[in-house]
Amino acid sequence: MKFLHKLPEQAVRVIIVFVVLAAGMFVVRQFIMPPEMKETALIQSATMEREANKEIKYAGAEICGQCHEKEHDSKKSGYHRDLSCESCHGAAQKHVDSPTEVKPSSPTKRDYCAYCHTYNSSRPTGFPQINPDTHNPRKPCITCHNPHNPKPPKTPSSCTACHAQIERTKAASYHALLACTVCHTAPEQHKTSPRTVTPTKPDKREFCGKCHAQGSGAKGVPTVDMATHGEKYVCWQCHYPHMLGGI
Amino acid sequence: MDRRDFLKQLCLVAASSGIVCGLSPAAWARIIHKDYDTAKHYYGMGIDVDKCIGCGRCMQACKTENDVPSDPFYFRTWVERYVIKVDKSVTINTISTGLDQPVVTVAERDVLRSFFVPKLCNQCAHPPCVQVCPVGATFTSDDGVILVDTKRCIGCRYCIQACPYGVRYLHPVTRVADKCNFCYHRLVRGLLPACVEVCPKQARLFGDMKSSASPLGRFIRMNKIHVLKPYLNTDPKVYYANLDGEVN
Repeated sequence: MKFLHKLPEQAVRVIIVFVVLAAGMFVVRQFIMPPEMKETALIQSATMEREANKEIKYAGAEICGQCHEKEHDSKKSGYHRDLSCESCHGAAQKHVDSPTEVKPSSPTKRDYCAYCHTYNSSRPTGFPQINPDTHNPRKPCITCHNPHNPKPPKTPSSCTACHAQIERTKAASYHALLACTVCHTAPEQHKTSPRTVTPTKPDKREFCGKCHAQGSGAKGVPTVDMATHGEKYVCWQCHYPHMLGGI
Repeated sequence: MDRRDFLKQLCLVAASSGIVCGLSPAAWARIIHKDYDTAKHYYGMGIDVDKCIGCGRCMQACKTENDVPSDPFYFRTWVERYVIKVDKSVTINTISTGLDQPVVTVAERDVLRSFFVPKLCNQCAHPPCVQVCPVGATFTSDDGVILVDTKRCIGCRYCIQACPYGVRYLHPVTRVADKCNFCYHRLVRGLLPACVEVCPKQARLFGDMKSSASPLGRFIRMNKIHVLKPYLNTDPKVYYANLDGEVN
């Protein structure tokens, strides 16, 4: 420490002050500050713990069925099978905690079903939609449809039972009045093993031509000259037969 | 200074730095929730745009679950309605949680195509928001979720600016940044995020990418997947199937 004596006295004092300050800060940081204030990992795990301890409000679909077996079972096989109970009845964790005191809500008015089932051009094709102004106005939906197992008033039969989406699309197209069997022949086994035995599909331009070729004799059907119209393409590359009109 | 003094001082410095390093604990591993181990999970979400019916139930559930203010401009998740007209012009609206949907002003025949796109925090693997936080209040947890430390956040809004997806907002009550964290409090209890829970069409899927049997694993294998703004290299963990090119 000989070199300290070579320094002027005031410089030594300044150095002492700095050393004391630095030592003080070191002591504060190492021994007085709680580790929660300086360790990144600890700060982060404290945050994660705080987040994790927040109370939940939605109880989850599993737990409802433990008491409400009837609704749970009837919903399981219906069109609303993928719909969670709390999608309609609202957050129900409080009801799980104290089942008798807190009751979840049950929407009974028309407007709740309308969230999903009002017609909107952005909704995917085939999703069941209605116009609330014309579809039995003012009548609550639940007078005709059971929300736990909603069914269209007409029970789907034959092809529609499985191909409901195509049926609904077709119902709005120019082909609405054609039965599926006009274009498809389904072997009886298709009903029992739908993936191994498949129905036929038209595979030639001439099939559509039976109605749509010039001189076919069909009434009220748009006809084209099969020789020049569409060249090498098959009809359904431009015209989807189940879809609403046009191209 | 001679060699002896130099060595003495060197020893002092080495010893003191040794003490500093020795005192700071190397690992602070802690169990958050009973059987929950962050290292065993890596979460992501799948969204099938073709399935979304735009009912807004996810937005409502998110607000209820996470105490998001009910005003229509605070969202942790929201659904955008895209209408692409025949003249190729695009209009985008955030749908409302109530029934007061804006009346469709576009005539049906002018619509070329139209669809709904649910949006939320993309939980980026390279998050710009974490990078810019001046106090380190936002960070990525081991299970891949970006969290906000509400006690450390100073509400400077830097992260809100930095997020390329606009998913963050300043909470009007707590005055700190808030955003989707996949309902972290539900994940640790083994539950699904509230939006996934209530989605009537399973347009939203949630899963663990460390398990190939999770629904998300299947979703990513079976669909053509796109993420939002891939050119920013943020590497989002919200995967979209059947996403239109107009969506950004």
